[in-house]
Order: sequence, then C-alpha cells, then structure tokens
Amino acid sequence: MKTEPTAVARGDSRSRAWGRFASQRVAVCGAWVLVVCMTILLLWPWVQQFDPAMIGDRQFSAPDAEHWLGTDVHGRDMLSRVMHGARMSMLVGLAGAGVSLVIGVIWGALAGYVGGRLDAMMMRLVDILYSLPSIIFVIVLITTLEGVVKRWMSGLVTSEFASVTRVTLLFVGLGGVSWLTMSRIVRGQVMALRDRPFVVASRALGAGQWHILRRHILPNILGVVVVYATLTVPAVVLYESFLSFLGLGIQPPQASLGSLIAEGASQINSVRIYWWLIAYPSVVLAGLLMVLSFLGDGLRDALEVRSD
Amino acid sequence: MGYTKRMLWMIPLMLAISFLSFGLVRMAPGGPFDRERKPASPEIERRIREKYHLDEPVLKQYGRYLMGILGGDLGPSLKYRNHTVTEIVVQGLPISMGLGLCAFVCALGLGIPLGLYTAARKGGFGEVAGTFLAVLLVSVPGFVIGPLLVMELGIRWRLLPVALLESPAHWILPVVTLGLYFAGRVARLLREGMLSVRNADFVMAARSKGLSDLEVMLRHTFRIGVLPVVSYSGPMLADLMTGSFVVENLFQIPGMGVFMVNSSLSRDYTMIVGLVLVYAWLLLVLNLVVDMAYRVLDPRIRHED
Repeated sequence: MKTEPTAVARGDSRSRAWGRFASQRVAVCGAWVLVVCMTILLLWPWVQQFDPAMIGDRQFSAPDAEHWLGTDVHGRDMLSRVMHGARMSMLVGLAGAGVSLVIGVIWGALAGYVGGRLDAMMMRLVDILYSLPSIIFVIVLITTLEGVVKRWMSGLVTSEFASVTRVTLLFVGLGGVSWLTMSRIVRGQVMALRDRPFVVASRALGAGQWHILRRHILPNILGVVVVYATLTVPAVVLYESFLSFLGLGIQPPQASLGSLIAEGASQINSVRIYWWLIAYPSVVLAGLLMVLSFLGDGLRDALEVRSD
Repeated sequence: MGYTKRMLWMIPLMLAISFLSFGLVRMAPGGPFDRERKPASPEIERRIREKYHLDEPVLKQYGRYLMGILGGDLGPSLKYRNHTVTEIVVQGLPISMGLGLCAFVCALGLGIPLGLYTAARKGGFGEVAGTFLAVLLVSVPGFVIGPLLVMELGIRWRLLPVALLESPAHWILPVVTLGLYFAGRVARLLREGMLSVRNADFVMAARSKGLSDLEVMLRHTFRIGVLPVVSYSGPMLADLMTGSFVVENLFQIPGMGVFMVNSSLSRDYTMIVGLVLVYAWLLLVLNLVVDMAYRVLDPRIRHED
C-alpha cells in the first residue's frame, strides 16, 4: 500500500519530463538524428565498399561516383576513413564520459554523504585540480600511464595491442580530467537529499548506509547524472579531436576525426588544396558535436537540471 | 567579507598545486635531454644533470625550486638553453594576455546579444535559429574555423592580413578565431540564466507594473540572468589569457599557448611547473575578482549584508 502513491508520483514526474522533452522539437530531432547516425556508424564495417586501410592507385582523386568523398595521399577511400574516424571519436567520447561519470559520482556521493572533514578535504582537492591547466594534465597523464603500462607489459607488446592501449589511455586520461564538475553536481544533490524526510525515515527504520545510498540516494540523482554525462560526451569528443590534431591522440593506422583533419591540414600547400581531405571530417565532427549538444540541452531543459 | 581569508588560502593552495605538478611531471617517463643527439659520453650527460641539479633527490629539488620562486625566479628552461622560464613568461604572457582580453571582449560582445535574443524569442523561430547558431559556435573547433577564416577572408578575398601582429587589422582574425567558441558558451549560459528567472516573482511584479518586455528584460531579468556568465568569466579569462596553441601556431604569434603544449611534450620540467603556477595564480585571482563582482551585481546577496 505504502509504495503505491510514490510509484504513481514517480511515473507521473517521469511522463511529465518526457512530455517536456518531446516538446523540445530540436532535441527530439537531435535524438533521432543521433540514433540514425549511431546505427550507420555501428553497421558501417559490414556495408563498406572499401576497407579504410586499403591502399589504392588513385591518389588525391576528387569526390566521384566510385569514391564518394575522394581519396587521400595513399589512395585510401575517404568515406570509409571518415566513418571509421567517427566511430573512433564516438567510442572515445562515450567511454571517456563513462569514466568521468564513474569517478565523479563516487567522489561526489562520498563527499556529500559523509560530509564534515572528509567532504572539505575532497572538495579542496577538486578545487586544486580545477586550477591546473587541463592540457598539461592530460598530456602528462597519458604519457605517464603509457610508460607504466609499457613497463608492465614488456615482452608481450604487439602493434595491435599497443594501439588498443593508446585508445584506452586516451579515454582514461580524458575521463580523468572531466569528472570535476560532475562530482560537484553530485555532491550538491546528495547533500540536499541526505536530510530529506524519506531518507531520515529510512534511517530511523534501521536501514544501513549502503542500503540508503543504493535505494534512495542514487536513484534520485540518476537523472541529473545522465544529463550531465550526455553533456560531457561532446566535450570529450572535442578534446580528443584537439589532442589527435596535435598528434597526441589516436595514432596511425587508426584514425579519429581530429587526426583526419590534421592529416588534411598537412596536405595544404600553395599549389593545390585537397579540400575534401579537410572539409568532410570537419563537417562530420561539427555535426556530431551539434547533435550531441542539442540532445544534452534538451534533456537538461526537460529535467530542469542546473549546472551551477 | 572573508576576502582576506581567501587570499591567505591561496598560499597553501599554490603550494599544493606546485607540489602536485612537480611530482606529476617527474612521474612521466623520459627526460628533458632524451631527444637530443646522444651526448658524447655518459660523463657529459652526468654533468648536464648535475648542472640542473637533476641528480639530487626530488624533494631537495622541490625545496630549491620553492626558494627560487620566493626570489621571482622560476628556474632555467631545460629545453630553451640560456633562457630562464621567467624570461620566457615575461616575453610571452603580455602578448597572450592582450590577445585573450580582446577575445574576451569579442566573446561577450557577440555572446550576450545572441543569448538575449534567443531568450527573448522563446518559443519562436528566432529561438531555434539563435540556439542553432550558438551550438554551431561551440561545435566547430578552433583548428577548423581558423584555417577556414584564413582561406576565405585572408587569401581569397584579401581583406585581412593572416599572420603576425603588426597593425590593429592583424589582430582581427586571431581574436575572432579565439573568441567565437567562447561567444557560443556565453550565449548558451546567458539564455539558460535568463530562462531560469523568467517566471520569478520580481519579473512578474515588474511586468505587472506595465513595463515593456524589453525594459523588463534589460532592467530586471538580465541582472540575475547574467550571473552564470559572470561566474564563468573567471575560468574563461584564465583560459584565454594563457594563450591558445592552435591560434598562436596558426597566426605565428609569439605567446604562451605554444609553450603549454610543447613544454609537457619535451619534459621541460621547470617550464611545465612554471606555466602551471602562472595559470593557477591567474585563475585563483580572477575567481576572486569574479566573486567580488558577483557580490556587487547580485542584489540578493547585496541585501543580505
């Protein structure tokens, strides 16, 4: 009997949130476009005509019927390269946001729930990390971790394994610098929930800390966490593309949108500009980021999450 | 007011930051002299390490470094021989700061009108178009928009010079390239802030007094709605004033942004820590200034005193 009204109220607020979300036409469009894009990207390896690594005879050929987006310096098909690059960028973005979500939620929930001295210390550390320039932090983090991993794995390193470690390090590193805001938001939410009547009642009934965190606190901050994680994805994708543009991110033969743009930019000379090498990855990157931002904004407006 | 306390807090904070960055860069594999030609003998390499005190225990080096900072000396750069880090910062920082300030003005000048416009046209076509533009600005990275502006405005139409900083016209392209992304952020924050107080009591009261929509927006809603932008401007200014790698590289500007990336790549230990400290100090000071401005601007805080 007792659970009945809360379930109704929750369903209600959920459907109201959904209604607000649906009223955000742009966000819904964004969500659909994203679903379509993700499907295409996921299925691409099975429908592609050219392998992205396949070297051809026709170098720098402009877009035509055979190669829709032209070919690059080694005669590789640009359409396939852009698709695989976008897959890589999305993978790093999602995984990086996932890492930042895990660290941020644990850190923020712990600080907010325990409170007192521990909270003050943990949040002071967040303040300190906030004041470090993240570009230096990321570079040092990635190279440090790479050195550590190489030392561990010395002997069984193959080139395939090395590229996997690189990608893993990239999203661990990017997630490692993007969790700060998440932890602040989660801490604030947890602190507000900690003394709400239903939590106090649960505690009075003898519920353990772990039970309270799992059953009462975490479900209630889930919406905020998901929204902020959605907003983190484009930020991580952008950061990854910047690092790859500098040559610090994804290493050849793999490619991400950032490294493709860098490759295109390096082919610019005063005689000829192979515009398709730079235009298509840029457009795909910007499009992807826009769709992700619209979705995140729409979700935030619907759930009324404030980022401050 | 608590400002003295916060200023005093900056000292342990800066100490912690310097310790953390000092320790972190030492953990990274490789050293500053790795990529040079092989030294003639291990003896020479040993002497080089000795000269820069790299053979001492790290804690002792840290102590030495802190003593140097007290005298305004950030140590010698390990990569740019015969230059101290202080010299490089003193040369580069004013250029980056000037550029960053202009970009800041550009970001606010474009972002605030755009944010106000999208908030005012809530629910109409104007909102969709304005939001689209703001999202577009934050979705196109600087390394895409920069070359695009150079190719179109600089090379094809020959309207603006594309490199170096000689006349005011030379500043336009780098400032715009740097500022556009932040203009998008400002517009989004302002829209969010404006919409969050759209239905607040004081706005209703102002409206029921018979003020026009424009007056309500500019005189009442804006004062609260702009606050997210105010608190963002601290970190934004710190980011802008320490320079951008992409913009400085593209337009051949001798600022600090290039060093931010290069120093950590070449393990120029003293340079990395020096730059981290400059950045952190700027950020802390700017955040303090922003908080002071916040107190002046937010009537809700002001009346509590």
